[in-house]
Amino acid sequence: MNIVVLIKQVPDMVKVKFDREKGVVDRKSAGEEINPFDLNALETAVQISEKINAKVTVVSMGPPSASKALRECIARGANEGILISDVKFGGSDTKATSFILASAIKKIGSCDLVIAGEKTVDGDTGQVGPEVAEFLNVPHASYVSKITDVNDDKIEVYSEIWEGTYLKSIKLPALITVTKDINEPRLPSFKNKMKARKAEIQTLKFEDLKEYTDADKVGFKGSPTKVKKIEVPKIQKRQGKIYREADTAKAEDELINIFRKKKILEA
Amino acid sequence: MEKEYSGVLVFAEQKKGSIHKVSYELLGKARELAEKLNVLVYSALLGPNGIDAKELIYRGADKVFYVEDDIFNVPEETIYKTNLESLIKKVKPEICLIGATSLGRSLAPRVAASLETGLTADCTGLEIDEDGKLIQIRPAFSENILAHIKSDTYPQMSTVRYKEFNENKRDENRKGDIVKVDAVKPEHELVKVIKELKSQEINISDASVVVAAGKGLKKAEDMAMIKELADLLSGVVGASREIVDEGFISKDFQVGYSGNRVKPKLYIACGISGAPQHLAGMKESDFIVAINTDPSAPIFNVSDYGIVDDMYKVIPDLINKIKQGSLEAVSC
Repeated sequence: MNIVVLIKQVPDMVKVKFDREKGVVDRKSAGEEINPFDLNALETAVQISEKINAKVTVVSMGPPSASKALRECIARGANEGILISDVKFGGSDTKATSFILASAIKKIGSCDLVIAGEKTVDGDTGQVGPEVAEFLNVPHASYVSKITDVNDDKIEVYSEIWEGTYLKSIKLPALITVTKDINEPRLPSFKNKMKARKAEIQTLKFEDLKEYTDADKVGFKGSPTKVKKIEVPKIQKRQGKIYREADTAKAEDELINIFRKKKILEA
Repeated sequence: MEKEYSGVLVFAEQKKGSIHKVSYELLGKARELAEKLNVLVYSALLGPNGIDAKELIYRGADKVFYVEDDIFNVPEETIYKTNLESLIKKVKPEICLIGATSLGRSLAPRVAASLETGLTADCTGLEIDEDGKLIQIRPAFSENILAHIKSDTYPQMSTVRYKEFNENKRDENRKGDIVKVDAVKPEHELVKVIKELKSQEINISDASVVVAAGKGLKKAEDMAMIKELADLLSGVVGASREIVDEGFISKDFQVGYSGNRVKPKLYIACGISGAPQHLAGMKESDFIVAINTDPSAPIFNVSDYGIVDDMYKVIPDLINKIKQGSLEAVSC
């Protein structure tokens, strides 16, 4: 079985700084890391490969420096890393990105299962997984929290959707997006670190994908959604009243009065 | 010349025949947009037999397309996609709104990709600009910025957060049409929904009061005290990720970036330090109360009202005082 895992390099969202005046993100303020949800996707693939005979290929679209993230994935158990990188792909929105990723998966060929994280922490759209499934014309299941069975024909999963948990059996080829609950990603092993260092990361450029795509469908030109303006939201002013221990009793009484005023409690 | 694409279409999500409230919020917003554009509001209802589709008219739709079939009794996105796509191709709305629920966030990208149109996720604001185009406003980068996004293609599609807009008021005098549409059935069954294993106990985003506990809670049994306070305030309990991971309470109650986003009238954070992940799920609440022994806890930065003290003292106090207060009220 061939499994493709989609990953993205993102800034560390805890460290990343924002220029509130200009409304821009200072990407240099935080290091790049692998989107945390994608590590769960990778772990899912590696666990499958340990159960049944499967090859795990990690695919990422990004600048040449993203090859570092692909090496890290090899250190965490992937067999191979492929980088999709071309200036022509710059400015892609979720639709163009998904189209390019789907084209790359077609180019790689004979993929049985695509695994993605439920969303990225920087874009936070969760759209790329299902869009890739549509462009590949394969079924998908979102928010997968458990895999109960997998073989060459189908995969059986728990999907956390529709205000419930559903057991679904999906014919392969298919795509799944996984939640953080599905597993605990392993750390890179020493042996795999060595392998990662030596691994060759293949790069796919626009030219390499041209039988599956065209210039009108990628990059800024192929992106229907455009950011017209960035606004820094006003920080909601809070009263910020603080009561210390000595005043707790008074604070409690005041709170109850507030609850009454807000009609949360009967007056 | 008539526009090729016209009208605002709202996807009315249902589960087992009952319509999700986000649909009524979207219909309210859709009316506002449609009135500015002078166009109609459509609603697409994909659901099992026997739903009272008039409800969508009372809530603001001019025309409801009801694809009535029991295949919609399970969340199978490819079937939903095929049917919604074929409906959109027929109706050709200029705007299409879908609730950013788990189903909506899984379905909308498939529909957008198949229509080769743009999609903006998780919008918190929608406006019409001077050219009659949709401005889609969404928070980005951990809600530090708001991006205004426009789409070059039609329909202009957005998923919209639940509880972001007010539900449109019900008006039984509103008139509209209900059009029944035959479902498109798949030739091959690619996804089999075997069964529903568990139905979410509660959608805490619905509640107007949330009393949430965090690391300050020492053991699972102490949730009873949180629950008692929540009950007295006609609210529900919530939890930070830590105590969900501890197994004190199920994930359905988790508030935060990877749990539920809530926006109640009152949020009481008990023993919650206020990690950015947690704040992302609750900082839009109308009134925030924090109880924590650590005066430097970040939760105090987003609170209207903070008590620096032990929750094990403050919560029982509040419970007693509320009970006493209601007794007094009865005896008066």
